[in-house]
Amino acid sequence: MKLTVWTYEGPPHVGAMRVVTGMKDMHYVLHAPQGDTYADLLFTMIERRNHRPPVTYTTFQARDLGEDTAHLFKSACKEAYDRFQPAAMVVGASCTAELIRDDPGGLAEAMDLSIPVIPLELPSYQRKENFGADETFFQIVRALAKPMDKDARPSCNLIGPTALGFRHRDDITELTGLLEDMGVTVNVTAPMGASPADIQTLGRAHFNVLMYPETGESACRWMERELNLPFTKTVPIGVGATRDFIAEVAELTGLKPHLDEARLRQPWYSASVDSTYLTGKRVFIFGDGTHVAAAARIARDEIGFEVAGIGCFNREQARPIRALAKEYGVEALISDDYLEVEAKIEALQPELILGTQMERHIGKRLGIPCAVISAPVHVQDFPARYSPQMGVEGANVIFDTWVHPLVMGLEEHLLHMFREDFEFNDAAGPSHHHGSAHATPEVVASADVIWLDPAERELRKVPFFVRGKARRNTEAFAAERGIGEISVETLYEAKAHYAR
Amino acid sequence: MNAPSSGCRDLPVLKESGQREVFCGLTSIIWLHRKMQDAFFLVVGSRTCAHLLQSAAGVMIFAEPRFGTAILEETDLAGMADANEELDREVDRLLSRRPDIRRLFLVGSCPSEVIKLDLEKAAERLRSRYAPKVNVLNFSGSGIETTFTEGEDACLASMVQELPKTDARQLMLVGALPGVVEDQMLELVAGLGIERVSVLPSTDADTELAVGPNTSFALTQPFLGETYGALKRRHARHIAAPFPFGELGTTAWLHAIAADFGIDAEVVERVTEAPCARARQAVAKASDVLDGKSVFFMPDSQLEIPLARFLTQECGMRPIEVGAPFIHRDVVGPDMETLAENGAPVFSEGQDVDRQLDRVRAARPDLTVCGLGLANPLEAEGLATKWAIELVFTPIHFYEQAGDLAGLFSRPLRRHAALSVAAE
Repeated sequence: MKLTVWTYEGPPHVGAMRVVTGMKDMHYVLHAPQGDTYADLLFTMIERRNHRPPVTYTTFQARDLGEDTAHLFKSACKEAYDRFQPAAMVVGASCTAELIRDDPGGLAEAMDLSIPVIPLELPSYQRKENFGADETFFQIVRALAKPMDKDARPSCNLIGPTALGFRHRDDITELTGLLEDMGVTVNVTAPMGASPADIQTLGRAHFNVLMYPETGESACRWMERELNLPFTKTVPIGVGATRDFIAEVAELTGLKPHLDEARLRQPWYSASVDSTYLTGKRVFIFGDGTHVAAAARIARDEIGFEVAGIGCFNREQARPIRALAKEYGVEALISDDYLEVEAKIEALQPELILGTQMERHIGKRLGIPCAVISAPVHVQDFPARYSPQMGVEGANVIFDTWVHPLVMGLEEHLLHMFREDFEFNDAAGPSHHHGSAHATPEVVASADVIWLDPAERELRKVPFFVRGKARRNTEAFAAERGIGEISVETLYEAKAHYAR
Repeated sequence: MNAPSSGCRDLPVLKESGQREVFCGLTSIIWLHRKMQDAFFLVVGSRTCAHLLQSAAGVMIFAEPRFGTAILEETDLAGMADANEELDREVDRLLSRRPDIRRLFLVGSCPSEVIKLDLEKAAERLRSRYAPKVNVLNFSGSGIETTFTEGEDACLASMVQELPKTDARQLMLVGALPGVVEDQMLELVAGLGIERVSVLPSTDADTELAVGPNTSFALTQPFLGETYGALKRRHARHIAAPFPFGELGTTAWLHAIAADFGIDAEVVERVTEAPCARARQAVAKASDVLDGKSVFFMPDSQLEIPLARFLTQECGMRPIEVGAPFIHRDVVGPDMETLAENGAPVFSEGQDVDRQLDRVRAARPDLTVCGLGLANPLEAEGLATKWAIELVFTPIHFYEQAGDLAGLFSRPLRRHAALSVAAE
């Protein structure tokens, strides 16, 4: 038993829903009690889907438990089949139904429906949402995909995008264009947008593009073995990774590498002088393993941040993230405990968090700006505009997204110059944030270090967005040297000590 | 008006079973924890429960809220002794980290009910350990037993059992309301001249509540059927009345209370004259849009019947079907009768969501009141909707909120009229 306040991932059947809801002509009969239908609103509200997810819930109640819940499952299955006439169905149990052991797979098979019925075994008390999505898609592919003659021209499948995925919709568009530019057509994108009939033809492609290992890796591994489909290992998020990805595709297809960089602005924006202020800013990166690995590379190599710490919430990616952390000379935090992540951020005191919606809230509390790089998703992660993470446009979008929460270079200087001016007072905050004040908590001085009045006044002249850091640094500096009282001199000695 | 006449008992109700598109009772924790600021709600359940709470809360408001889920793991399911020890350990950890907690609710879930984890016994055990500083109670918010607002009902019923006995003549007002609304309510009741008035649930653990044979109680929420039963078992007397929504509902509710306390109707009229006029004026602004329009209620919070009464009687709407997850006739009888006289809708109880949606599509109502899972899909079919959950989170009771309440329903209609570029 483990006390959980907020969760990064839902239960595994929500992962299965993400796969099925992304697909066409597919239906999911879920043995579940009343209340589990809450999951529908994730899709209709967060993603603003205009259709209900194709899921039928058996909705058993306490009084059904003594009687025949299996019968309830069968009638729900039959009614769903008659009403929605799907081309294939997946059947399974949510956490409560798993306990009553009705065997939805066996029951559905005995019904002899005229379509493929794919049973799911998702251990709700051990695994989570990403596993559920990965396993569901793998089972669907294994049941439906068949070996086929290859396309005459180079082609690939895009594997991994699901409903409720972080920018999956736009990543598909970006990658499809990128591959077409190189002369590679997309055979099937799956699960998002694919029907059971499309799944059958996956084998026609020459290779798979594994977009999101979290949700597509098991299927890709199976297709590599059974359908002779190698898959790409680079996730093309960031300029360097996109170029590597193109090289990988060239190697797989024998085509000449080609990337149209006419629209690529990120490297120049990063090189231009206004970005100087980004140099060495300490960032903490947290999210799903794939997005964290990509973000770490961009942060260090493409924007010039200092990576102060990385971590992921999905244990499946613990090994690669630990290895990556070693390479960056930091310790990896592998945890889905929100409080642990918060403690880590509090200890590291980064200048920017690249995280999930959870870290955005942590950042709000601690007064640290945050840009969102990964699921779990929020309605804000489905912008109306085109906003991919992958490829050329993805790199541009990421630059804007990460820089936005920070005070801009020139603005930082203006704040210095006009800090006595009413519009630039401490409570005003950066102009592009609607003038709302940063909720920087003033750190209370520890009992053994006293701030002398002139030092305290001097500290107030430091702009608000670095004041907390100045205070902490000065106190640490004083503590290290056994200085009991902080004077103006101590403040500036500490400043010189910490100068980069 | 004081007791439901036999009329409502005879009204036909369409009873349905099948897939229900509703929340489970755990969802009540979202507003209960804000109402009871020294309480912590510890759900003993699965990752699904934690995910539901997080999703229903919509946004993560607090860094560390006063609710959480003790997630059962494979090891807990193997042996019962383990699960109890684990629970004690988690509670101990929680209470040592959160010294501000004075009331701890152990909340049962579907999995904890199915594996028959006895939370009542657990609460007893923990109560003896942490008394008197922390009171430990338990209730079930499981989906196999409770629908959405029934979580609050179960929570309040668990508190009624614990109340000390009193013989004092008093009025108890029952239901969790936002602070501003509760203050208005207390002022109105004080205006009637009733001296001893208490509110369940209380904001903090130190407020002394008691119940007994000289207690009369009025419900402020229609979903409190269990609590109603629990109070009757403690020999309190129920004041049957329409629910205090809109001008007429609020006035009728106050009249019923006044009658129970032997207060002249004239006193009620004097106290309510000014706010009545304000409410009437405010409702009139919104009812321009609502007048003559049809409305369809999908089952959600049990607020459906009283709210349909308000929309029909005070805003001129035409109710087509009024669905509720459960119809407790002793509680909503007065509203149900008025509604039947004014609009004669189909009353339905329970749900088979696909069949009900067929009826919605056939009737094409001007406004459909439904849950969040259905709203956007119906909008995409060109049907205006009102999210039902907002009716639970927003202050809507009594005179001063009557205009806001009507506005909640008129806004989607005004919006439909305002948007001239259609979505494809």
